[in-house]
Amino acid sequence: MAGPKYPGFDTLALHAGQSPDPATGSRAVPIYQTTSFVFRDTEHAASLFNMERAGHVYSRISNPTVAVLEERIAALEGGVGAIATASGQAALHLAIATLMDAGSHIVASGSLYGGSHNLLAYTLKRFGIETTFVTPRKLEDWQRAVRPNTRLLFGETLGNPGLDVLDIPAVAEIAHRAKVPLLVDATFTTPYLQQPFKLGADLLYHSATKFLGGHGTAIGGVLVDAGRFDWEASGKFATLTEAYAGFHNMDFEEESGTRAFLLRARREGLRDFGACMAPMTAFQILQGVETLHLRMPRHVEATRKVVQFLAAHPAVAKVIYPELADHPDHALAKRLLPLGAGAVFSFEIRGGRPAGKAFIESLRIFSHLANVGDAKSLVIHPATTTHYRMSDEDLKKAGITAGTVRLSIGLEDPQDLIDDLDRALRASQK
Amino acid sequence: MKLQVDGRAVFAYTANHPLDASRRTVVFIHGAGLDHSWFGLQSRYFGYHGWNVLALDLPGHGRSEGPPLTTVPAMADWLVRVLDAAKAAKAALVGHSLGTLVAVDCAARHAVRVERIALIATAYPMKVSDAFLDAAKRNEYTAFDMHTIWGHAPRVPLGGNPNPGMWMYGDTQARLERLAPGVLYSDLKAANDYVFAGSVKCPAFFILGKRDMMTPPRAAQTLQEQIPGAQTVLIDTAGHSLMAEAPDAVLDALVQFLARNSDPGS
Repeated sequence: MAGPKYPGFDTLALHAGQSPDPATGSRAVPIYQTTSFVFRDTEHAASLFNMERAGHVYSRISNPTVAVLEERIAALEGGVGAIATASGQAALHLAIATLMDAGSHIVASGSLYGGSHNLLAYTLKRFGIETTFVTPRKLEDWQRAVRPNTRLLFGETLGNPGLDVLDIPAVAEIAHRAKVPLLVDATFTTPYLQQPFKLGADLLYHSATKFLGGHGTAIGGVLVDAGRFDWEASGKFATLTEAYAGFHNMDFEEESGTRAFLLRARREGLRDFGACMAPMTAFQILQGVETLHLRMPRHVEATRKVVQFLAAHPAVAKVIYPELADHPDHALAKRLLPLGAGAVFSFEIRGGRPAGKAFIESLRIFSHLANVGDAKSLVIHPATTTHYRMSDEDLKKAGITAGTVRLSIGLEDPQDLIDDLDRALRASQK
Repeated sequence: MKLQVDGRAVFAYTANHPLDASRRTVVFIHGAGLDHSWFGLQSRYFGYHGWNVLALDLPGHGRSEGPPLTTVPAMADWLVRVLDAAKAAKAALVGHSLGTLVAVDCAARHAVRVERIALIATAYPMKVSDAFLDAAKRNEYTAFDMHTIWGHAPRVPLGGNPNPGMWMYGDTQARLERLAPGVLYSDLKAANDYVFAGSVKCPAFFILGKRDMMTPPRAAQTLQEQIPGAQTVLIDTAGHSLMAEAPDAVLDALVQFLARNSDPGS
């Protein structure tokens, strides 16, 4: 026997999850644009419904095109499996709703995407789930915030927009000491730049809308489970370890061990909340995933050039990027993100809000919109857009000021981007 | 359900049904380093189709207390004590890999307790490579890599999982990472050292994967020749992890062999 060898990342990005279509021989992933799947007979139907056979019943629960994306992302992340959702926010909600009930508590990084902050700070609170926000790099704050009813620790691999690097090994250790999992939003890093499960995270999700899709064409999310967290040993997750009346009194952990979380998330979360991904969306995101290993190095390479340019520009007060020596997480980034700290970063323009306005309106190549991770370069002013519902205090905690501008560096010629920024910066200072 | 055997807790998945003395019993015995849920779909089916199901965690695996048993005959004897604890006079045994040797040994030495045996991915002798044994003995992750990669058909990492959204390699790795140190080595050594000296008289059925790298179909030939009348189903696309790689084909074969008592074909 030859020695064991796993396929490389690039190969998995192109092949994992899909064999050529057995019906037609189609090499590309077919788009199974169907709501439902014909049963062979009544016995087959009953077996599928009762989870005695593998297969598809209804596209809200699973779909062959969507399943290719799910398996491919699970392969790239090193998880046991994945569930694709209608958006990244749907993935976050699915994770939380699968793990806990009213009366539970979450400890979360204070440096989150505004939408995630809203969900935790306001919306889930209405349903009896409270969140304590902490400064992500203050490990003692994570520890101090844990309560007996805490069920989850949560942060972004790279905080938004301050680019706080989450110390996944350290925060995971705190989580595991408290017998709860660590969930990370890995959108900014993608599995190409960092594989959080190898660092100790238990669950992760992506807004697949961003770098995974990579072309700004489809909204989607993917929730992935490492399968390493022992729900039974924790004793804190009744949703996974006790009989569930909504599915023949199934004890998900007893039924499936490593797959318990995903089983409940699919069989309850997708069934009841219904935030599934459409097959066409999965196909579009798969097109992006197939070139992730080519695009991410290029995104990072261009980002480094732009960062260097901005750091030396007189109209720029500060550039916030973990690869710069003055970033508070510089050493951590070198350790946890050796392939690069992503392609989204912030800087502070001199002249405050008026300068920011003039800068954004003078750009020609950068598009002013609320997204990141597109093949095209993007710009936004967080204080008035993505994070506008946050209080001044919360904004400060997240490292956002009136002059903060966030860039997402695309795949254009880096020199063209630098020229565009230079022109707009000069315009901003007039 | 939890049973007490030798003063230790034994976990048996019953598909959420209480044991019923009027029903036939089928016992599922997992392979090296794994647990009862490796038979997830198949064991659930039988539990909901009129059978008593005991999908076991061997000692030191899953939810059963350790330590692991170190020889196949010890596992077979333990299995009989499990049947005693469950008040099952006789059972059909379904084994996978190491579990097939337990089923064979039990059928040979405790014939009155065994109705029939189904052997999924088997070989005799079940020789484990020195590299695999050595890595497992040292508790090196390489042993998990070998288990994962050789434990699936070559197409698995490049193809789709019949179970939507699941990544078979990742699932195997996650299961192995939950093992206590030394358990995988103990299992592999038990399989490697096993010597079959008896004879099996009950009906036997082989379910083999054509792409199996750990126990290729030709390695089952010696055992097939020693069990007169044994039937075989060869699943074209599957490797060693047949229950995950070809769940419906395995279930259909088991249904034919166990539930209908008819000739499963060859």
